[in-house]
Amino acid sequence: MKFICIRLGTHKSPRGAEVTQAEAEMEPPTAEELRLRLQERLQAEHVEVQDSPELCQGSFRVFVVSGIFRGLKTLQRHRLVNEALKEELSRIHALEQRTLTPEQWEEERGSLA
Amino acid sequence: MGFAVSQPYWLWAMIGGCLRLSEEALRRPVAPCANGRAVRVLCGGAGGGAMRAAVRAAWRIGTGVALRGRAGRPLSQAAGDGGGAEGGGGSGSREAVERLVREHPVVVFMKGSPAQPLCGFSNAVVQILRLHGVEDYRAHDVLQDPDLRQGIKNYSNWPTIPQVYLNGEFVGGCDILLQMHQNGDLVEELKKLGIRSALLDAEKDQEKK
Repeated sequence: MKFICIRLGTHKSPRGAEVTQAEAEMEPPTAEELRLRLQERLQAEHVEVQDSPELCQGSFRVFVVSGIFRGLKTLQRHRLVNEALKEELSRIHALEQRTLTPEQWEEERGSLA
Repeated sequence: MGFAVSQPYWLWAMIGGCLRLSEEALRRPVAPCANGRAVRVLCGGAGGGAMRAAVRAAWRIGTGVALRGRAGRPLSQAAGDGGGAEGGGGSGSREAVERLVREHPVVVFMKGSPAQPLCGFSNAVVQILRLHGVEDYRAHDVLQDPDLRQGIKNYSNWPTIPQVYLNGEFVGGCDILLQMHQNGDLVEELKKLGIRSALLDAEKDQEKK
């Protein structure tokens, strides 16, 4: 059994005019937009944002490395990311997150080397 | 292929089944959406014909559209207002949600049901619980209840579904549960609830061999 996710895009008026400002705000953000937002709001050392069109338009995978996460449990870290993307969240359909402190990231990269 | 409907919202529809439209559902008065912007619906697939007809009809009536799947089960209620929907005593109210999360040690709010998840992330949660041998838990399908869908997001202050609650406490969504599964935390948390993870037995079998 298949299931589909149907996203409602914006309506272009019958006259064929351009999308209005309000309607443009309904569009999902770009990966670059999210990356910049996260970088500045979380003082991140490293941010990767991938959009996942295979899931649904407006779905993103996010990887953030920041000292701000030190001492915080995963849920608290994810809440910080949600907070940082507060305005964009209304235009995002799904968000997957991975959050590490700089030390954890070093360790991970070290073990892969 | 596209056409306009009167309210913006997300729809999940099942294709490969037949979508029967209930006239009565189309005529049911629907709360007007705050912005009432016209939007374009993009859809395709086998069920597309019926869906397109539904939406076209809704456009003419000027209201939202409720779709029903097989056996008249409502698939989704369109034009649920995204805003509050937290009526006192309604299914989305704080008290109602509180009651649901305390109902059982393991409670999941998801799209679809454990037998039939309607979202990849919800499916992942179901699969992880299954791996640990947790089959007895409460699952609530938020697609069946827009008030609950908004209410649970307000309650946990968390914007997405699925949501997992252990012992009445919000634990996280799909990716947090996956991380807990991978680092062994989930086994520990289940132990605190008096639930023995099936993975512990699987390990024991391995050792014996």
